[in-house]
Amino acid sequence: MNANPEMMVANTAPAHNDVVMDCQLEKVFYGDFLAVRDSKVPIEKHQITGFIGPSGCGKSTVLRSLNRMNDLIPIFRFEGKVSYHGQDIYDKKVDPVVVRRYIGMVFQQPNPFAMSIYDNVAFGLRLNGFKGNLDERVEKALQGAAIWNEVKDKLKNSGLSLSGGQQQRLCIARAIATEPDVLLMDEPCSALDPIATRRVEELMIELKGQYTIALVTHNMQQAMRVADTTAFFGVDISKGSRTGYLVEMGPTKKIFEEPEQQLTREYVRGEFS
Amino acid sequence: MSGPPSGGDYALDQSFRGIAWFSAALILALVAYIVIEIGGKALPAISEYGLGFLTSTDWNVQTKTFGILPQIWGTLYSSLLALIFGGTFGIAIAIFLTQDFLPSQLAAVFRTIIELLAAIPSVVFGLWGIYVLIPLLRPAANWLHEHLGGIPFFSTSLSGPGLAPAALVLAIMILPTVASISVDALRQIPYKIKEAAYGMGTTRWEAILKVMLPTASSGILAALVLGFGRALGETMALAMLIGNSNQISLSLFAPANTLAALLASSFPEAGPVEVRALMYAALALLAITLIVNAVGLAVMKFATRKFEAER
Amino acid sequence: MSDSQQVIASTTRGFDQPALDFQPKLHHTIFETRALKSGFLTGLTWIAALLASVPLFSVIYMLLIEGGSRLSWETLTALPPSAFDVGGGFGNAIVGTVVMVGIATLVSVPLGIFAAVYLAILEPNGKLSHTVRFLAKVLTGFPSILAGVFVYAVMVVTMKTYSALAGGVALAVLMLPTVVLAAEQAMTMVPKKMKDAAYGMGCTRAQMIWKVVIPTGAPGILTGVMLAIAGAAGNSAPLLFTALFSDYYLRSLTEPAASLAILIFNFSGMPYENQIQLAWAASLVLVLIVLVFNILARIIGRQKY
Repeated sequence: MNANPEMMVANTAPAHNDVVMDCQLEKVFYGDFLAVRDSKVPIEKHQITGFIGPSGCGKSTVLRSLNRMNDLIPIFRFEGKVSYHGQDIYDKKVDPVVVRRYIGMVFQQPNPFAMSIYDNVAFGLRLNGFKGNLDERVEKALQGAAIWNEVKDKLKNSGLSLSGGQQQRLCIARAIATEPDVLLMDEPCSALDPIATRRVEELMIELKGQYTIALVTHNMQQAMRVADTTAFFGVDISKGSRTGYLVEMGPTKKIFEEPEQQLTREYVRGEFS
Repeated sequence: MSGPPSGGDYALDQSFRGIAWFSAALILALVAYIVIEIGGKALPAISEYGLGFLTSTDWNVQTKTFGILPQIWGTLYSSLLALIFGGTFGIAIAIFLTQDFLPSQLAAVFRTIIELLAAIPSVVFGLWGIYVLIPLLRPAANWLHEHLGGIPFFSTSLSGPGLAPAALVLAIMILPTVASISVDALRQIPYKIKEAAYGMGTTRWEAILKVMLPTASSGILAALVLGFGRALGETMALAMLIGNSNQISLSLFAPANTLAALLASSFPEAGPVEVRALMYAALALLAITLIVNAVGLAVMKFATRKFEAER
Repeated sequence: MSDSQQVIASTTRGFDQPALDFQPKLHHTIFETRALKSGFLTGLTWIAALLASVPLFSVIYMLLIEGGSRLSWETLTALPPSAFDVGGGFGNAIVGTVVMVGIATLVSVPLGIFAAVYLAILEPNGKLSHTVRFLAKVLTGFPSILAGVFVYAVMVVTMKTYSALAGGVALAVLMLPTVVLAAEQAMTMVPKKMKDAAYGMGCTRAQMIWKVVIPTGAPGILTGVMLAIAGAAGNSAPLLFTALFSDYYLRSLTEPAASLAILIFNFSGMPYENQIQLAWAASLVLVLIVLVFNILARIIGRQKY
């Protein structure tokens, strides 16, 4: 571990991995409002891809489009394609419910169910009709989320009885219990204190060995610490309204040290936020 | 321009506060008075008939034998039936209104329908029951009696008023109560829980049955208990539809009686002896409804506290 | 393989083994059990919703057809007919209902508002407040007939007569919890900063309540009052042995009074076509009165200060 965690940059010009999800977003609308346009975001296997950008740039919208979470909003419309293992998840014949079973999500606000810790983690397994040893898988997931030791004696306690940081790790355990191959994380640390944040970041780095992670963060230092690849989104106000778009994407080191776009350079230097 | 409040202002302030305190205390006193008054008037009957009153079955003014077991049975049986029907429909409607089955305008229209249902007075339901529901039920009920009369629930025929029409009307009357408290319980669930459920890949019904209902379970339980409490105290529609017959029967089509209906039908013509017995019956009704309502409120308080702690 | 089986199959590898390459099956299959179950349950729910609406429409239909056909000036002003009479009306019942609900309002509203002032502003956390609040909530489920029994014992017996006054008081007992709880909520919801502003100007407690809280909370309070009135108008049980009934127009408050609710109750059991028709007409009028107050409650409730 680096002595100075703040300056830690994800160690890598990563080997070029397979692309698990290829998001080719043309336009995203909320009703008549064009929220995001023209963003080609390939997500590579066993990497952490970070989405950064100023507020309103659509990074969360793009992330949530990857597992069709935005479908919950009636006025949402997606134009383009999101390829997952070669299939377009926005194809008319695709059932969004099934998509979400393969792609896990962790949200900004920890949102454990009002059930016991055990039942929270077992939820996805039961939902998919898992017939094997539930206890074993629950323990494995909690260990994977680095929270097993803290909760192993109180699995029957309500998930809501944990602290904020613990709740978020519980949500991570819940998401990885079914071992989805892609994990989407929407600002998972923004509701956590610095110590809890650090634990979750360490967890993310451990997890990428087995999973593929796409992470939205408003904290540039976090992206520098954790992400292998970074996508920078900007806001286009040229047509009168605020539309997000992908400005630049590449290995994290490059984005932060030698970005190609002027806008990127200004953002990472903190000239606007 | 400014000056301190006048003596008059202070006097008004004091008296205003005094009146407010007095009003609150008066309400407390009123409730106490009600309990004492009914209880007090019931005392002579309690001492005369003892607890046997609660278990004997005759109601005979001439022989001075009084017992309210059939009425207690009728009250509980009719309310239970009403709860089963009104409760399931009420919860189904609450789900219908809160889980994105309707666009918001239609949902508002439907909500209005339910509120209108709640606004209709008990007597009007009674009238409707006599002239619409009973004629409607009779053929079906008698068919059931003829073909399945072996089953205790269908062991008598439906000639007019009876348990079934009364329980059905009662169900219709408590449906809005159960529905609106359940709607509140479901609305209280933070949006992020719904997100978490869908994020895990649940279908709409999997989310409802495995996450939303369990999370709102205490609120829904409160709705059911309070609905039950309302059914217990309901008077007029029952008095008009239940048949006022002091018997105990499992049959859905037999006439029966409830505590409230007994009071409604017997009180006006009652002589002093009967009045005392009726006061005892009133006390029993008071006790049952107060307990059930208090339990319902306690459950509801527990339900809201679950989410408060987490914020 | 079903979707679920595929999801689990793809995850039975150990933590350190490389991921198996797999082709997730993302497409809809309408006939799969999960989708069928979902559709079935949705269908059931729709049926439940429609079934629940049927009684309402049936009642409205009967009111309009049976009751509406009998509605006329005579019906609204004449006195109730006896056994074999033709014609007649329920003018006295309308007056009786209005008078008794009016009495009930006059008694319960000031009392309720003052009590709410105590509960919401003066001592929100006091023991008396907690108790009264709890009792008010419990009382909302109070059987209406017991209010009649109580007032019978307290007023009718002492006054040795049935009276409109007793009827009004019985209705007041039933209106009280609704008024108190609605008023308390309305006052609690007045923003603290407004109350602070009043104090800041040097108002006494009473002035702050009278000049700021009550006017600001008025919509909420009025909504509660309207709803309580709507409930009281339709309530018949408490009137059974407090106001009893009368075949004449009300001359004084200390004699028995007619009411729409009791008229409906009495006539519903009679074997005469005339009376039954009048019962329906009276029901229509009663429901209209209740509806008017419910609508008023909604309109008032929608206004924000």
